[in-house]
Amino acid sequence: MSEPILKVEGVQAKYGDFIAVESATLDVPQGMIVSVIGANGAGKSTLMDTIAGVHKPTAGKVYFKGEDITGMPAEKLVTRGLSLVPQGSRCFIRMTVEDNLIMGSYPKSARGKLKESLERVYELFPVLKQKRNDLSGSLSGGQRQMVAIGRALMTNPDCVLFDEISLGLAPTIIKDIYARIKEISAGGMTVVLVEQDTQRAIRTAQLCHIMLKGKVVLSGSSKELTDEEIKKAYFGL
Amino acid sequence: MIQTIINGIMLGGIFAILGVGMTIIFGIVKLTNLAHGEFVIIGAYASTLLANALGVDPILTLIITIPLMFVIGVVLQSVLINRVMLQGSEPALLVTFGLSIILQDAMLLLFSADAKKANVPYNSSTIPLPGGLYIPVLDLILLVISLVTILVLTLFLRRTYMGRAIRATSDDIVAASLMGVSIKKSYAIAMGIAMATAAVAGLCVGMRWTFYSSSGSSYLLRAFGVVVIGGMGSIPGALVGGLVFGLAQAFGGANYGLLASYIVLIIMLIVRPQGLFSK
Repeated sequence: MSEPILKVEGVQAKYGDFIAVESATLDVPQGMIVSVIGANGAGKSTLMDTIAGVHKPTAGKVYFKGEDITGMPAEKLVTRGLSLVPQGSRCFIRMTVEDNLIMGSYPKSARGKLKESLERVYELFPVLKQKRNDLSGSLSGGQRQMVAIGRALMTNPDCVLFDEISLGLAPTIIKDIYARIKEISAGGMTVVLVEQDTQRAIRTAQLCHIMLKGKVVLSGSSKELTDEEIKKAYFGL
Repeated sequence: MIQTIINGIMLGGIFAILGVGMTIIFGIVKLTNLAHGEFVIIGAYASTLLANALGVDPILTLIITIPLMFVIGVVLQSVLINRVMLQGSEPALLVTFGLSIILQDAMLLLFSADAKKANVPYNSSTIPLPGGLYIPVLDLILLVISLVTILVLTLFLRRTYMGRAIRATSDDIVAASLMGVSIKKSYAIAMGIAMATAAVAGLCVGMRWTFYSSSGSSYLLRAFGVVVIGGMGSIPGALVGGLVFGLAQAFGGANYGLLASYIVLIIMLIVRPQGLFSK
């Protein structure tokens, strides 16, 4: 197994007194698709927000490309090549599709490649090219998700965290988006998939981490983990 | 009747530029800036005093007052308002209220309670139109200055990276920071821009009307009216709001101008409380 690009060690994250992530430890090897699965409220999204610098951890360490990035704000992390597609897409709804994508190249490290990146995103999601001048607020849920993914790719990342991109989308659209994610991964990018939809995530990923009540309770390669083990870890039986 | 409409449109430009600074802070920083009226009066004093000292047309002072006020706005937001905004928006609201009182008294101390006005030779010149109608030269100049300022601002927000970052901040703070935008910097630039528009608005106020160190609150109320009519956070809204406000004022005449404006405001609040161009 290659050297992990992202290492999370005993991270704890709270909202006020509420402990959303008690202690999370996981590795994300370079170039792989890694899934983080767990039931609603297991702390997956909080963990992603904490890794990406949206939320501050109260304990533990996060390393990216061998450097300590614990508590570093999101706007700095994105320039180092770590990008998050947040839950619910969070497009800039009063901006056009193209302006949303151009915002992805806001980090100075990404500006030089604006044209190439934009072309690549339009190749990946041709529908966005058709709708480039529409306000992103007028798009369907699936298209908004595409804008959010495209926007994250525009930042020129080495590792992208996808937080429940299938939430609320029709199965055909989910299938399409997952095919695109495999394409993105084939280009050498490291991918972290956070999902409640365990089947698809496990099938897509090479490595799985299962979270329960704020902890990572089971980790292993997708092939080795049995359905029984996963079920037990997922529900805490 | 037609003359009244012409006068109203001319005034509308000034009201629009008054409202723009307010609406930017509403839309981007999500803050009601109660000191905006004082900012405008600072702009008025700056233009008037500089024009007198240098012996130039007050309009030329914009070359100095716009960058100066921009820098003051950036510093003000960075060292003062950004800090209290961590505690939520109510403390920040109170800070702008306190600021408004401090600035008003500081101006009283520095510039006395005397009425001031920036006089120019073309104060009461007019351009005659057919049918006995006319356009006041000063009003036309101020309208053009206001419109150009709003146009430049709109282009900045649409076309530049910084402008897009500011719009993104106004849409979604978390997503903006994920794109590498420093929210505090966005807020600081937004306040700088609001201050710069206050410099332009101040010039208009100083050339068009006499003003006092205490005039800020009445202009704050007008800016409020414009913003509420147009829709909070919308620049085209401020333009239309300014126009509506200006027309109402012109139709109300010298005695009932403000009253007419506020009646329009109340009707707007009943019929379309979210404003004409709301999000």
